[in-house]
This record gives sequence, structure tokens and C-alpha cells, in this order.
Amino acid sequence: MWPIDRRQRQAGVSSPSAEGPLIIVGRVGNRRVITAACPAARDLGLRTGMTVSRAQALVPDLRIEADEAAADAAALERLALWLLQRVAPIISADPPDGIVIDSTGADHLHGGEAAMLEALAGKLALSGITARLALADSWGAAHALARYGTDGVTIVPPGASDAALAPLPLEALRLPVATAAGLRDLGFETIGDLMDQPRAPLTRRFGEALCRRLDQARGLASEPIAPLRPEGLIEIRRAFAEPIAAPETIARYIGKLVGQLCTELTAKGLGARRLDLLCSRIDNRTEVLRVGLAVPQRDPARLTRLLCDRIVTLDPGLGIEIMTLTATIAEPLVPRQAATSLLQEAAPDLSGLIDTLSNRLGARSVFRFAAVASEVPERAIIRIPPLADTATSGMDTWPDHWPRPSRLLPRPEPIETMALLPDHPPRWILWRGVRRHVQCADGPERIFGEWWKRDAEAQAVRDYFRIEDEAGARYWIFRQGDGEDRATGSHDWFLHGGFG
Amino acid sequence: MPAVRTALAELRARIGEIDGTGARQHGVLPFGVRELDRRLPQGGLSLGALHEVAGGGQGAVDGAAAACFVAGIAARMKGQVLWCVTQADLFAPGLAQVGLPSERVIHVEAGYDISVLAAMDEGLRHGGLAPVVGDVARLSMTASRRLHLAAKGSGTIGLALRRWRRQADASDFGQPTAAMTRWRVSELPSAPLPVPGVGRARWLVELIRARAGDSFDLELEACDGAGHLRLPADVADRSAATAGGRLIAIG
Repeated sequence: MWPIDRRQRQAGVSSPSAEGPLIIVGRVGNRRVITAACPAARDLGLRTGMTVSRAQALVPDLRIEADEAAADAAALERLALWLLQRVAPIISADPPDGIVIDSTGADHLHGGEAAMLEALAGKLALSGITARLALADSWGAAHALARYGTDGVTIVPPGASDAALAPLPLEALRLPVATAAGLRDLGFETIGDLMDQPRAPLTRRFGEALCRRLDQARGLASEPIAPLRPEGLIEIRRAFAEPIAAPETIARYIGKLVGQLCTELTAKGLGARRLDLLCSRIDNRTEVLRVGLAVPQRDPARLTRLLCDRIVTLDPGLGIEIMTLTATIAEPLVPRQAATSLLQEAAPDLSGLIDTLSNRLGARSVFRFAAVASEVPERAIIRIPPLADTATSGMDTWPDHWPRPSRLLPRPEPIETMALLPDHPPRWILWRGVRRHVQCADGPERIFGEWWKRDAEAQAVRDYFRIEDEAGARYWIFRQGDGEDRATGSHDWFLHGGFG
Repeated sequence: MPAVRTALAELRARIGEIDGTGARQHGVLPFGVRELDRRLPQGGLSLGALHEVAGGGQGAVDGAAAACFVAGIAARMKGQVLWCVTQADLFAPGLAQVGLPSERVIHVEAGYDISVLAAMDEGLRHGGLAPVVGDVARLSMTASRRLHLAAKGSGTIGLALRRWRRQADASDFGQPTAAMTRWRVSELPSAPLPVPGVGRARWLVELIRARAGDSFDLELEACDGAGHLRLPADVADRSAATAGGRLIAIG
């Protein structure tokens, strides 16, 4: 799908993509065959590998474009670079139509594996790229599941690669076409058929590539990913004569690498926004550390501290032989005039603290709330980065007509009540098994559903009350619906928060 | 008499320096309520120290009144607030109504008590923040001592908002910690109104423990839009009964 997506992205919105089925045509020997077809074309029965003359006979008004393998590969590399700056430090293009990401040590920054894949799928879909994602123990398994798996997004738990691979066809193993065809002649259909076969006869007949690919997919043989390194990237590399493993030694060399990196950044007038430390171990595995910064920085002490904070997450194994430090994202950093105490008091610099906390706990765990123009309480707040400019969110503050609770339950909890309909507060409520008699109450404050955004809320209404029980505890409760018309809500009561 | 008083004050300051209560170096934040400040050993909450706040009754679990009390303290200071919680349930519009606007609060959702304490420690050591608040359930002597020393070193006020998962766990509040003061804020029925409705919220503010001071409790009106507490009018004008009697006499 990549060549099609790339062309449609290039054409942009100016030319509607629905003007006709599109196919990409390349040459195999002397024949002109389809190398890619858009979804509309595939619905009409066109398949990859079909000859062009046959396709034209089937569908008369077909758009045909020539295969541009070099341009596709270059665009794929650019996409990989975009992902490198956002997802994980080790990324490589996997031509013709794939990208491989080593997410080890990077998933916690995105809130876990499932959340990371979901966010990634969303980002790609927004950019108009049809993508299938798979996460597995080895490159081979992820490659196979992304292309031949049943779901668009697959996550294989650690150690379960074999079971996930078994039902897939042989082509998923990245074998030459002739090998796959030969295996089919022998009666092998799926990868599972091959797993328990004696290996010597297979190797003798098909060469060592078959068993190597099988082992790579099952995670028995290692397959390092050569990380993508674009032009102009600031990178400091240090190879050790003797492998190092002690945390103190690693910290010392991190300090040296950061010093060199900062010298280069200063020379170019840049500051780092994201740093990647790649440690190649002697057993051919790479351990990575990624730290993000809220504002561009090139202060060696601060960068060293951020990296050294995370040394515990590095597993040096038998020893590290090469350490590479890159500034994956670098932005211009120019000297600024500091505020003097004569005019105004300088605001304390919080970026260091925010960097430390967000690298330790994950970037989404450190945030600030900003106002959103919405009447529905849980939608009136949005999390923004702690140093973001609040003016960009569009609204300054929340309206102050009605009191709002200091704590809001994650989701409203159903309560039992006895209340006069339509607009009286309840006489008592039963919440978490405790009955509370309402002494006094304020309300109702009627909040309408956002009918201009969501069809399901065209008539929805919530009536909020502030109630106080006999002990003085004050709660925020609401009734779904206006108390008269069933179409406006179910008339169930919920507790939504507590006032102090 | 004045000579004796200055001598006493000097002695207190010297003792404070020795036992590290920190009031002398960093000053205090008065509540602005005379009844309250008069009874506090330094005339207010000492800056550069750790203080504990918990809710009473149901508030030990939901922590709503304690959050308002803490937000009121933060609102009366200048600068950014770091608020560390295990699970984000603070409602920013509610905090804005006690005078703490959202652009002044950096929230940290740490997931575990241990991470909350570590984040608080980091914030207290930074020194550029107004109060550093943390919702924690367990606060050991060691952890609180660490936080207190960090606060003392930087002059930042640290507020440990104690909040438990179950009411039964709230007995943990009796365990000793290194905090300077220990407060309990319980909700009371609001000020009665002549019309149906909920009046201004009232709290029973108890100072359970204060280093070099006596404990007391006081009925107060909850924070207003700028974070100020107030003595209820009927208490300020002596007892409610006499006020009522006078009204009848006029009527």
C-alpha cells in the first residue's frame, strides 16, 4: 500500500482520490504487471501480479502510474526519520513497504505497549497512511504478523511467538519466491509445518537461508537492526578497548560523551530536545536510553544528570563495547536576555525539574490543566505539557457561575435516591452502601449534551445538584435527563465529585 | 514585661535554630485569621518545612476538604505549585475557585506512593516552587524526615496531603513523622441561610500536633475565592445565642 499512499499524499487534497481506481505498474521480465493497487481497484478484483492488459480489460477507466521504486524508498526513509524523532531510538526502513522499530525501553514513555501502538496507528491514519502494526519478540515475527496476521494491530506477549507464527503462510518468513514455491510442492503450507521438521534435509535442499529465517522469526537467532542515521545528525561515538559494565564507569563515560556533544551543539548554536544513548553490548544486543527535554538544552551537567538517572534501566550484560550518543532532535538555542531584578523578578527555571520528572515517570505524567470550551465537566479540562503556552488552548479560564468540586471521580458513580421529579433535589442518597440524608441543596444546574458535536447527545440533559448531608459532607450529584422526558436521559442518579 | 518578652523571643529563635524548625531562616506564612495565627508557635505556617494535612471522617478517603485547605494555602503564595498525586482526580475548575488558577499548578501523576514521595523530594530540592503538595497514604518517619530536610534546605514549603484508600487505614495518622505541624480538616454543616440552599462551607480545623506548640481546634469558614479562611460571623461576635436573642429583642 505504501506506493499508493505516497502518491495520494503527494497529490494532497487538491485532487480527490476517488477519481478512479489507481494501480502502479512495474516490469517483471518482459511483462508489465501490477505492483500495487488502491483499495478501490482491489474491490474491482485487481490483484498484485496481474498483467496490465488483463487489468485494463477488466476495468476500462483505470489510472495507471509507473513504479518509482527509488522515490518510494526515499519517502519510506523520510517516514522512518519522522518516527525516529517520535517513537524510539532504533528504527530502520524495511523496504519495500515496511518500517521496523525496536521499542525496547521506549514503550513506557508512551504509556505501555498497547497505548504506544494505538497512538502510532492514530498518527499514521491521520497522515493518510494505511498501516498494519505488529509487536513481537523478534523482527522476523513482527514482520510476518504485520503482513499476514489477522488483525490490523497485533501484540504478541513475550515468549508466545511460536504459537502466533504457526498458522501463517510460508511467504511470511521473508523467503525467496522459489524457496516458498518449492516448499509448497513438498506439501508445507504454514510456518507451523516447518517448525518440527528435521533441519538437515531442509538445509541441504534449500540452502541455509531457510533455517536462518525460521530461527530469526522464532527469536532463536539474533538479527540486529541497523539504526537509521540521517545526514547532519550530531552523534558522538566511543568504542572501548575493554567492555565496561559497572554503573560508575558508564556514568563517567556518559559525562565525557555529553561534554563532546555539548561542544558540537554550541558550535552549531543548537540545543538538544531529545537524546538517545545506544550501548552496543558484546553479545550483539543494543541497550537504549532515551531522554526528552521540555526546552532545548546544552548544559552538560543537566544532560548528564538526566542520562545518569536512568542508568539502572540499562542492562550491561557481559559488557558494553560501544556507546553512541545522538541528539535526535536538536533545535536552535540562542542566548536570551535575562530579566533583571530591577524591572521584574526572574521566574524560576522549572525546565530542569520537569525534565527530571517526565523522564522518570513518562512524559504524559507531568502536565498542566487547561480550559476547553465545553459545558460537560469532564470535557472542560485538557492536559497540556507543563511548559506549554496556555494562550494557545483558546480559552483562558472556566466560567465561575457555579461552584465546582475540588475532586472529580474518574467516572460518575451510580447512586440510589429518593427525589421528587422533576426539579427537586433528592431527600436521601445511597452511595457506596451508606445512606446520607440531604439537609440542604442547590440546583438544578442544567447541562445540555453537545448536540452540535455528537448526534447521540442531541437531546441529552444532566441536572446537577450540590447537596449537603447531615454530617456536613458536600457532594456533586446529577440526574441523567430532565425529569420529565425519557428521551433526555434515563433518570438515573450519579455522584460525580466532592466539595471541600 | 517587654524586656522579658524580647528575651523569650530571642531564646525561642535560638532554640529554633538548634532544633532546626527553620522558622528563622525562611519566615512564616500567616493564615490571616488572628484566632488561628495567635495560637501557632511562629504565628503562621513556617516556610521551609513539611506540614501534614488530612481529612476527617469520610474526608480521609476522598480528601476533598483537605485539597481545598491546601489549595487555599498555595493560593496565598506566589509562584508555581507542584502537586503530585497517585491518580489524577483533582478538578482544576474547583481549584481555580479557591484562588489557585490552572496556570499555576504543575500536576504529576506518579502512580505509586513511592514515586509521589520521590517527585516531592525532587520538587522541594529545586527551590523555585511555592508549595510542593503530595497526596500520600503512607508516610514513614524516614520519608518525612527526608522531605523535611529537603524543604529546609531550599526554603520551600512541603505539604503532605494524607489520604487513604479505606477509612480504617486512617489510624496511620497517629504514627509519628518529622512534619512541623499536623492538621485535620473535617467538613461541618454549612452556614445556615434564610432561603433554601447551601451556604458557605465550614470546616473544623484541628491542629493535632505542632512542634513547640499546643494543639487546638477551631471552627472556620472555608476558603474564599482568594484562598482566605475566615472566622464564622456568629463566633466572631461572641456566641450565637446572644446574637439571636438580640435580634428577637429588636424584632
